[in-house]
Amino acid sequence: MNCARGRFSIDFMISENIVHFARVLRGAGLTVGPDRVLQAMAAVEAVGLDRRDDVHAALSAVMIDRHEQQPLFDAAFATFWRDPKLLEQLMLLLLPKISGRGEKVQPPRSNRLQEALSPPRLPASAKDERAAKDELQFDAEFTFSERERLQHADFETMTTAEFEQAKKLAEQIPLPIAPVRRRRHEAASRGRLDLRATMLRMARSPQTLTPAFTRARSELPTIVVLLDISGSMDRYSRVFLHYVHGLTRRHPHVHTLTFGTRLTNITRCLKDRDPDVALKRADEQVEDWKGGTRIASCLAQFNQLWARRLLAGNAAVLLLTDGLDRDERGHLAEAAAHLRRMAHQIVWLNPLLRFDGFEPRAAGVRALLPNVDRFLPVHNLASLADLGRALRAPASNNKYSATK
Amino acid sequence: MTAAPTLPLPDSVDAVIALLATQSYVCDRRLATALYLSLKLQRPLFLEGEPGVGKTELGKVLAQALDTLLLRVQCYEGLDVAQTAYEWNVARQMMEIRLAEAVHDTDRERLVHTLYSHEMLIERPLLAALTQTQSPVLLIDELDRADEPFDAFLLEVLAEHQITVPELGTIRASAPPITIITSNRTREIHDALKRRCLYHWVDFPSLERELEIVRLKAPGAADRLYLQVVEFVQRMRTLDLFKAPGVAETIDWTNALVALNAMRLDPTTVHDTLGVLLKYQDDIVKLQSGDTAKLLDELRARALLD
Repeated sequence: MNCARGRFSIDFMISENIVHFARVLRGAGLTVGPDRVLQAMAAVEAVGLDRRDDVHAALSAVMIDRHEQQPLFDAAFATFWRDPKLLEQLMLLLLPKISGRGEKVQPPRSNRLQEALSPPRLPASAKDERAAKDELQFDAEFTFSERERLQHADFETMTTAEFEQAKKLAEQIPLPIAPVRRRRHEAASRGRLDLRATMLRMARSPQTLTPAFTRARSELPTIVVLLDISGSMDRYSRVFLHYVHGLTRRHPHVHTLTFGTRLTNITRCLKDRDPDVALKRADEQVEDWKGGTRIASCLAQFNQLWARRLLAGNAAVLLLTDGLDRDERGHLAEAAAHLRRMAHQIVWLNPLLRFDGFEPRAAGVRALLPNVDRFLPVHNLASLADLGRALRAPASNNKYSATK
Repeated sequence: MTAAPTLPLPDSVDAVIALLATQSYVCDRRLATALYLSLKLQRPLFLEGEPGVGKTELGKVLAQALDTLLLRVQCYEGLDVAQTAYEWNVARQMMEIRLAEAVHDTDRERLVHTLYSHEMLIERPLLAALTQTQSPVLLIDELDRADEPFDAFLLEVLAEHQITVPELGTIRASAPPITIITSNRTREIHDALKRRCLYHWVDFPSLERELEIVRLKAPGAADRLYLQVVEFVQRMRTLDLFKAPGVAETIDWTNALVALNAMRLDPTTVHDTLGVLLKYQDDIVKLQSGDTAKLLDELRARALLD
């Protein structure tokens, strides 16, 4: 490429400013690597410095890569290219993290971190061993005291042993979502004849003819989790959040949105490996914890803003809510029906309702039920273990509407 | 850098605007800047935006304006190398083996060499884009419809202008293609791919620009009707619709109105032709149950409608 290590005729000041500008953008959360800085210099050189809007367009074409970043970029550009010092001072005030990139932002103050920092204690390791034993036989039995602790432990402040146990649990909990068949093929022992591979085999050993086959790959679809975090779900949303964090770590395509009175996308927060940090970041981003529920408006908003972006390619929706809607304005049935048309499958995990003899009395539940493919009541859920047990249980007649 | 393309490329942002104008493509200065940079820096241009704002059209128009070959990859799920880049001509390979058998040619080395030579490859668009003598325009359309493994496969072509065929080696571009990628954002494209491109979000055009576009693309309507149509559509986009109409829809609608001999907008005509503008039943119902009248009233208030 002509730009990668070229001689730049634009003067030194401009290049230095671009470097600073890139640092500012980086501080604001844009992924502007050194490659883009070089690109930006080449771009500015190409369009020239005659017109401010050209420079703006050039830098924006190089430095952003999604539409949401545009307003941020525009604001930064407007301020920076008037007075670089001013913006940096502003950013220093607003975002202390850009001054020193070496230090880690917001150290997680969790039990685990403290444990890791303090010298190892014997009892702790003994406890670990016991925990490990428990894990092995978790399915069969889960000693009463351990379970009790997990139930009451705030997930945010678990000790290492408890955390390990919870993690194991989150990994063991099966997914209530079935894989879908893709159109992409993979090598298989039987199926469609793969001429190219067959020919290669023949070329390697001409005396034989061993045909090679491919078959359609089946894999887990994209999973979109819609998590209710309103007051009525208070006891469960944290357990679910841990479960979803486990899912996000295990599967490449999990998107998570929380809703109470508003819809928040927390996918990026949950990408952090450390559940404490991930949940903390999610906590900070979500503003409507334990508030009211406006399922209808939130679903409608999801349909409008996110559905087309997230539900392509046979995506599955995992709906985690009690279905108690306090939305007077919205039309829940309509929004749910719309969602049904866009998603390949909708699985509803409801922690409040039991399946046997369950009568949908709440209007919200009645509106949602006909529009889900699978209805799983995870009754009396207090821990991840319960969630695992509920999901592992044979999916009794899945479709509620079918049993009516 | 590889050999410079022999194409006469525009040498400034204004030249890009002028070049596209020759094919009656009206584009704003920001898009022109992005395109100019993409030509100048030989980087793919990644266009994202709502359907019907002229993303694909840009690729087609560019090829016409530069008078060069347009190679198009229409993306869909399961798209693989055999459909987009190259495929071994297995029938020919088999024939070659039969011929060798017939003349009792036992030189295996030579046979393998013939079987996996460049002539045995069937070129598909991506490979074809690398083997032209003159830089072609490579249009990768609706990349968001392909699945992610395909993104990964594109990386080599986009960044290095080369394709590696395991049996044959690396094929480098003689004249690097001008690449335009479009996406409707039904999924997020991987950062690794975006990083190798210049990014531009194609927005709905402003009132003046849309007027200009519609006048060019849908000739034959009354002057007043153009203004009414564009004002109406622009207002419609501010409503809370599931899918706002794009420029393509505006053009279609104008053509439809011309075909119906409408001289101006009136409630019945709008009512009957809404299906041209809106493609979701919910949106149509919403418009028909009051919003049309409201928009027409607004136009009337601005003395655009008598």
